[in-house]
Amino acid sequence: MAFVAHIDVSLKAGILDPQGGEIERALPALGYSNVSDVRVGKTIRLVVDAPDAAGAEAQVVEMCDRLLANPVIESYSVDLEPVATGSSV
Amino acid sequence: MSTRVGVVVFPGTNCELDMVRSLGALGGDARTVWHGESDLGDLDAVVIPGGFAHGDYLRTGAIARFSPVMESVSAFAAAGGPVVGICNGFQVLTEAGLLPGALGKNEHLRFICRDVDLRVETTTTPLTHRAQVGSVLRIPVNHFEGNYVCDERTLAELRDQDRVVFRYVDNPNGSLDDIAGICSEGRNVVGLMPHPERASDAILGSADGVPLLESLLTPASVPA
Repeated sequence: MAFVAHIDVSLKAGILDPQGGEIERALPALGYSNVSDVRVGKTIRLVVDAPDAAGAEAQVVEMCDRLLANPVIESYSVDLEPVATGSSV
Repeated sequence: MSTRVGVVVFPGTNCELDMVRSLGALGGDARTVWHGESDLGDLDAVVIPGGFAHGDYLRTGAIARFSPVMESVSAFAAAGGPVVGICNGFQVLTEAGLLPGALGKNEHLRFICRDVDLRVETTTTPLTHRAQVGSVLRIPVNHFEGNYVCDERTLAELRDQDRVVFRYVDNPNGSLDDIAGICSEGRNVVGLMPHPERASDAILGSADGVPLLESLLTPASVPA
């Protein structure tokens, strides 16, 4: 079965996020003075072929630990959904 | 016989010729090593120079660790061979797990390209054994991601084991504990953000990098 994994990688709490800080300082200039706690991360989308969802998730988590995120400074979350049969990915 | 130094070149590396030339001018026998090579041959030391290895895609240094040469570099380091990573090379060494911690984006999001004052904190490394503890060297930095971070336990270990090799006198990038360079537990792997090869001759504005490069070229006298 094919699964689409959406992986969200963000800097851990406590790790300085200068990009988030810049955006947080810029938004009030547009009138959004009620914004706080801006963090910038990245999204990685991939398709993985696995016998079942649990197997696919285990593999994606392993990929995150080994390459997609740096555990020293980043945390991640994985969102998995099956690719509907017959649809293109 | 001249000390043989391999200077690793990934796609996107751009400081390799400066390094080869500055080591050569000091009597070293330096040559570039392409990242696809898996045999390091007969080298006395390895340098991973600055640049943007593999375009710095994903994270700085993240993809470089999968290049064939890195397995040989890891084996060379495990056998006690001196390995020095400068700037992007430091980032590669942290991603490869040869040095702890990581290099984050500079505080204030500025790319910093200027001379900084660097204090030598220990001389028991292959890059500093001909320098003096406490001496201040004027050496350029040229980076966007030089903000050293690690967890508290790692920081305590680095301090307790005298593994902070260089500190910034005036921290330019927000680096934890003013750290500009560290070494491995075995002390033979050293990473630093500043570029000693760009301070290797008075005509470049500073020759303060010379004691560091000379240290690398005299590996036999590294204290145990």
